[in-house]
Amino acid sequence: MKHIISVLVENKFGSLNQVAAMFSARGFNLESISIGETEDREISRMTIVTRGDDQIISQVLKQLNRLVDTIKVIDLTRQPHVERELLLMTLKLTKTQQHEIFELINVFKGKVVDIKQKSITIEVIGSPDKINTTIDIFRVYGIKELARSGAVAIHRGE
Amino acid sequence: MHSSGKTLNGSEIFIECLRRENVDYIFGYPGGSLLKVYETLYDVKDIVHILVRHEQGATHMAEGYARATGKPGVVLVTSGPGATNTVTGIANAYMDSSPMVVFTGQVPSTLIGNDAFQEADIVGITRPITKHNFLVKDVKELAMTIRKAFYLATTGRPGPVLVDMPKDILNASCVMDWPETVEIRGFKPTLKCHINQVEKAAQKIAHAKRPLFYIGGGVISAEASEELRALAIQQNIPVTMTLQGLGAFPGNHPLSMGMLGMHGTYWANQAVNKCDLLIAVGARFDDRVTGKVDTFAPQAYKIHNDIDPTNVDKNIQVDLPVVGDAKNFLAALLDVMPGTKENRDPWLAEINAWREQCPLSYSSEDNSLRTEFVIEEVSKQTKGNAVVVTDVGQHQMWTSQFYTFLNPRSIITSGGLGTMGYGLPAAIGAAFGIKDRPVVLFCGDGGFMMNIQELVTAVHHKIPIKIFLINNSFLGMVRQWQELFHQEKYSFTDLGNSNPDFVKVAEAFGCKALMAENPDGAKEAIKEALAWNDGPILVDFRVVKKDMVFPMVPAGGSISDMLLARLNPKTMV
Repeated sequence: MKHIISVLVENKFGSLNQVAAMFSARGFNLESISIGETEDREISRMTIVTRGDDQIISQVLKQLNRLVDTIKVIDLTRQPHVERELLLMTLKLTKTQQHEIFELINVFKGKVVDIKQKSITIEVIGSPDKINTTIDIFRVYGIKELARSGAVAIHRGE
Repeated sequence: MHSSGKTLNGSEIFIECLRRENVDYIFGYPGGSLLKVYETLYDVKDIVHILVRHEQGATHMAEGYARATGKPGVVLVTSGPGATNTVTGIANAYMDSSPMVVFTGQVPSTLIGNDAFQEADIVGITRPITKHNFLVKDVKELAMTIRKAFYLATTGRPGPVLVDMPKDILNASCVMDWPETVEIRGFKPTLKCHINQVEKAAQKIAHAKRPLFYIGGGVISAEASEELRALAIQQNIPVTMTLQGLGAFPGNHPLSMGMLGMHGTYWANQAVNKCDLLIAVGARFDDRVTGKVDTFAPQAYKIHNDIDPTNVDKNIQVDLPVVGDAKNFLAALLDVMPGTKENRDPWLAEINAWREQCPLSYSSEDNSLRTEFVIEEVSKQTKGNAVVVTDVGQHQMWTSQFYTFLNPRSIITSGGLGTMGYGLPAAIGAAFGIKDRPVVLFCGDGGFMMNIQELVTAVHHKIPIKIFLINNSFLGMVRQWQELFHQEKYSFTDLGNSNPDFVKVAEAFGCKALMAENPDGAKEAIKEALAWNDGPILVDFRVVKKDMVFPMVPAGGSISDMLLARLNPKTMV
C-alpha cells in the first residue's frame, strides 16, 4: 500500500543524497521525493511517497531513522494530514478544442500560466490522485510536456 | 567548548584531535593531498604511524586492531586512488559493525568537481558503506567533525565513519575549539532496554522447556560475555553462537553448542530446529545462519535483542523485540529473573544425543595433512588462548569448528562481507593492539595472495604473528560448491600450477618460513612457530586438496537439508 512519509533532516549538503541512496541500496520503492526548507532554516522537510507491505514500511521507517542526518520520521498515512502536488503541463492548443480545454481547466481549478499561438501552459494543485486524473483527462488533447513536483504533505493542525 | 587558545593549521588540529581521542596507531599511506599532515606527523612521537603497502591493508589492519581491542581503528590515506582503495575495507567494517574512522585527503575545495588530479568523490562512493561520512568544508569545523566521527563510530552499533579533508583545509589555520561533549540531534541510539520488554522476556525464559541462546557479535562489542555466562549457567540454557559471536561463551563449557548455521554443528542446528524459545542477542538472523527463513526455528517463540532497531523484523519476524545494548539486556534479565525455572535436563540430554550422533570429525586414515588437524592442534597448543584471525573460505569454517574459543575478542574474521585478503592485514592490526597473547592467522593460499604485500609491514615492525597458511592449491570453498552443485566443473579454482613457493616468497620478504606436509611435521612446525617471537613466521601447510566442510546446510535450505558428508564416497581423497 501507498505510504506518505514526512522526514525532517539536517539542511545540509548530502542529506537528500543519503536518503535517496538508502532507498536504492535497500531496494525500496521510491515513488516521489520532494525537499524544501522549513520554518527552521537548519532543517529541511522531505516528503516521500513509497509503497510496500507493513513489514517493508516498518523497515523503511527504521532505516530512515537510522540515518544520522535524519531528525524525525513521521508516517502520515494513517494520520490526519494534507497532501498536495503541483502539476505544470503544456498542451497543444487548437481552435476547435480551445473551449473544452478552458472548461476543463476550470473543473480542475487549474490556472493558465502561459499561453502561446499553439500551446497553453497550466498549473494544477491537488492530491497526487487528482493530479493523476488531471493528466488522464488532458491526455486526449495532446500533452507536449509535463512536470510534477512530487507530493508535499503536512500534519493537520490542532 | 574547550578552546586551546592557540592558532593551529588543519594538519595540527587533525593530530591534536587524534591525541585527544587517545589514538595510539594510525594505519596509513602518504600522498599529494596529505603532504601537510605528513609534514606534521614527522615530528609526532606519541601517535605511531604504521606505513602499510596498500590502502586496503590499512583498513583491514585498523579493523583487526579495533576488533582485538574494542578501540576504534584509524586509517589515513590520500585522495583519489588512496581513498578508493579503502572501499573494500570500509564495506567489511560496516558489515561486521567494527568501529573505524577513515581519514581521506581530498583535492583543494576549489577544485572539487573539476576532475582534478587524484580526485574521487569518496563521500559519495562510501555513503552506503559507512555509518556516516563527512566532507570538511571549513577548517573551523574540523575539530568538531573529528569528534563527531569518533563518537558515531563507537556509539550504539559500531561502524566505520569517513572524514574527507580537502588539502586547503589542512593548510588553513584557526584557533582550535575542542568540544568536550557531542550532540547530534539525529543520532540517539537506544542503549537501555525497555523494562517491560525485559520482564516479558524473563517470564518466557523462566517457563521455557527447550530454550536456546543464539548469540552474535553484538555481545562481544557490548563486552557482555560475563553477563551471558552468568545467565546461561544460572538458567541452564544452552548457547549457540554465530561466527562473530564465538568466544562470547566459553567453547569448552558443556552448555556451549558451537556455531550454528550453514557450517554450524549438527546439534546446534537441531537445537534451533527443536527449541521452544530462541533468545537472539546481538545477532541479526543473517542468511548464512537461517537458511530458509520459513523453516528457521519453527517451534520457537523468538526474543530478539539488538542495539539496531533496523535488525528487528528485517529477515525474521520475531515475537518479542527488545531494542538496546546487549550488556544492558543481559544484566537487566539477571536482575528480574524469577527464582524458579523449568527442568532443562531432558532438553540438554536430547542435545547431547545429537552431539554424540554426529560429532565434528575428519578423516585421519592415511598420513596426509588435513586442515582440521592443523586447527585442532593450534587450539591445543595455544590452549584456546590465542587471538585467532582468519581469511575467508574453508579454513575459516574449520576454524569455527575446530578451534575452541574460550574468551571474547578471540576470533577476528570477515563474516558479513566475506573479504578474501582480510586475514593477513587484520592479524597485523590485531597484533599491534594485543601484545600479551599470541596472534595466529589461518589463511588460505588464495586469500594470502590478495594482500601479501603487507608481509613487509609485519616484517618491518617485527610483528610476531603466526601465519598458518592452509595451502590446498585450490580456492577450496568455491571448489566445494562446484563439486556439490556445479557438476564438478572446477572452473578457475585450481591454483596448483600457478602458486608460488610460499616459503621462498616469505623468505624474500624477510619472514621466517617453514613447511609441513604430514601431521607429525605439522605438530613440530606449530610448536616452533608459537615459540618464535622475532617477527612473523609462516608455515606452509600442504593439506589435502579435496576435503570439504561438513556439516553443510545448502544456501537457502532448511535444517532437514543438512549434508553431513560427501554424498559420493568415491570422490574421497
